[in-house]
Amino acid sequence: MTLMSYRQALHDTLRSEMLRDENVLLMGEEIGVFEGSYKITAGLLAEFGEKRVRDTPIAEEGFTGAAIGAAMLGLRPVVELMTINFSLIAIDQIVNHAAKIYGMFGGQAKVPMVIRTPGGGGQQLGATHSQNIELYYAFVPGLKVVAPSTPADAKALMLAAIRDDDPVLFLENLALYNTKGEVPDHDEPAIIGKAKVTREGSHLTLIGYSRMAYVAKKIADQLADSDHLDIEVVDLCSLRPLDRETIINSVKKTSCAVVVEDDWLTYGIGAEVAATISDGAFDYLDAPVRRVAMAEVPMPYAKSLETAALPSEDDIIKAIYQTLDAIGHRRSKTGPHD
Amino acid sequence: MTTAKRSTTKAPTATKTVVVAKKASVGRSKPSVAASKAASVTTKATATKKVAAAAKSSVAKVAPAKKLPAKKVAAANESVQLLDFYREMLFIRRFEERAARAYTQALIGGYCHLNLGEEAAVVGLMSALRPSDYLFTNYREHGYAIARNIDPNAIMAELYGRVDGVSKGWGGSMHMFDMEHRLLGGYGIVGGQLPLATGAALAIDYRGGDDVVMCTMGEGTSNIGAFHESLNIAQLWKLPVVFVVINNFLGMGTKVELSSAEPEIYRRGSAYRMPSARVDGADPVEVAKAARLAVETARAGQPYLLEVTCHRLRGHSVVDPAKYRTPAEVEELKLHDPVNNLADRLLQLGLADADTLDALDEAMLARVEEIAAFAEASAHPDVHTLFDYTYATPVPNDSRRLPGQSLFDENGVAR
Repeated sequence: MTLMSYRQALHDTLRSEMLRDENVLLMGEEIGVFEGSYKITAGLLAEFGEKRVRDTPIAEEGFTGAAIGAAMLGLRPVVELMTINFSLIAIDQIVNHAAKIYGMFGGQAKVPMVIRTPGGGGQQLGATHSQNIELYYAFVPGLKVVAPSTPADAKALMLAAIRDDDPVLFLENLALYNTKGEVPDHDEPAIIGKAKVTREGSHLTLIGYSRMAYVAKKIADQLADSDHLDIEVVDLCSLRPLDRETIINSVKKTSCAVVVEDDWLTYGIGAEVAATISDGAFDYLDAPVRRVAMAEVPMPYAKSLETAALPSEDDIIKAIYQTLDAIGHRRSKTGPHD
Repeated sequence: MTTAKRSTTKAPTATKTVVVAKKASVGRSKPSVAASKAASVTTKATATKKVAAAAKSSVAKVAPAKKLPAKKVAAANESVQLLDFYREMLFIRRFEERAARAYTQALIGGYCHLNLGEEAAVVGLMSALRPSDYLFTNYREHGYAIARNIDPNAIMAELYGRVDGVSKGWGGSMHMFDMEHRLLGGYGIVGGQLPLATGAALAIDYRGGDDVVMCTMGEGTSNIGAFHESLNIAQLWKLPVVFVVINNFLGMGTKVELSSAEPEIYRRGSAYRMPSARVDGADPVEVAKAARLAVETARAGQPYLLEVTCHRLRGHSVVDPAKYRTPAEVEELKLHDPVNNLADRLLQLGLADADTLDALDEAMLARVEEIAAFAEASAHPDVHTLFDYTYATPVPNDSRRLPGQSLFDENGVAR
């Protein structure tokens, strides 16, 4: 195990996969000479050359589609879209082509490619640069969508994504790049399509993905210390396929759930999770499933407004207590949020 | 409308003038004179013995004898090529008309766009490709699939949505695919195929191969972002790809002058310093010549933009009555029918007589009946195969739920 940042884990995994398989190449805007907007690809152009680390024009539709076409002929391109907001320019290629080619042609062509892209608000980037629209892709059969929350998962899911024969949208997060964690030294790909219980508990199930899975774990640990609460945390890891059974099994144990997400609430990922719980664990529920999500506004620039729009740790803790109150959970100690 | 009974009147030689073949700066390769290759593109499925014999006898007059001088041999080869082109074009014509009939009988669903009027362009373009070259095309692709030597039974079965279809019934009219014959897809989204073709060319280049990718589209596609992004990338990276614009002067019903600020589409290549040319798509020989130059230029590492002018003889799709055309325009269209025009040319050149052509036509009509019968007899895909092609790499928790089923089964297992 080595302690490293989420950024470093991504960088090292891309590098080791390029060393392992010469069909792996990187494509994206400013990933070579400039070394990437978020420096995930730093040093790789110097090491692998222009053939395998390709600076593209600002043409998301063009180069994402080119990566799909290259994948149809057996290359394994890893595309960087500078942020998920810009994926909207490539959405036709992702949804109408990457996701469809295997099925639409009766299984004759595979599309083994990865689209890496960070989401995340809270950086004062305003309305068009702060969105979390992974839902658009998680909606689409034919795509796989993964969202690691730790450096170790970033490595394991990147290994899996590159080696997978389907198009994988790999969701990163601006606020996670500098977070650190222990990362195994050996290569063990994750299983795409599986959620993870990152903390076992019996009082309540707290569900999230990407940055919110990280925040959820942190809050659960904190409330265990401060309030002796025993919260189970589920990190979805994969948004499509969605591991419904892990969600249900947890809620059957705890009888209540709070879903936390960085996207908008209406029609969001949390809505799907809540519907899953109502369908699969209705008889076990002691309280309505609570969702904590962004306010339904285009993200403002001003810090005061941006902070108000984003779910905070306090918002999550409040939702946890309100849910526990609803089922008459006895707190062993009075919490700060009643 | 165009049940195209071959006209035997004098050839109203239409717009055969446009062949610009404007060679731009970088075309450093020489066109390989692969005429024999072109001649070898035959619709094997079509010729009955009788017709083959008939066609042969009429060719015999000009067939190359061993001691003929080179010029005469070339002329003879061209004659063989003309007959082969005609055979193939006529087959596409009859196939498409048969498909239209099946569509009106509701045996074919969805959209159905036909290559009627584009037959010369289709066979000329395809004659320039080696079997190992790749083709990406759009939703008007039945003729291309035929010209790539894909079994016409499989093409028709795809239209019928049956298991023997070229895409196993998953694609339909707009989405034909055959890796063996390197037809890498008909695509239904306008412009969607361009970035893909560019990427396929990237893969060839990445591996140091010498195959070429041809990517066809309509002229309306030259207004979409993907067109410009793809030409730009192809030229920047010197990819072996030929972009072919079939300019039939109409979107669905919108005239090219109303949709393109530069209605001479080949000129758009200059924005990317890409060599380009325009050719009259009514003449398969001219198309083949222009396509060979384009393909060999691309093979040498210089992408190319080729515009082929055509006239769509019917509406945008089978259900479109084309009311936006004036009676005069409809009348004029008849002059642009490439199949009729080539028949006239064969007669004029003495390369075939009327009886031979009639016999050929009868054989084609009989053949497409057999093909339609094959398609109709092919099985509908079993509903148990519904979830077979969502993912190439199996993945846990991939949903297998049918619309009426609950999310969890009686044992609490997610569907």
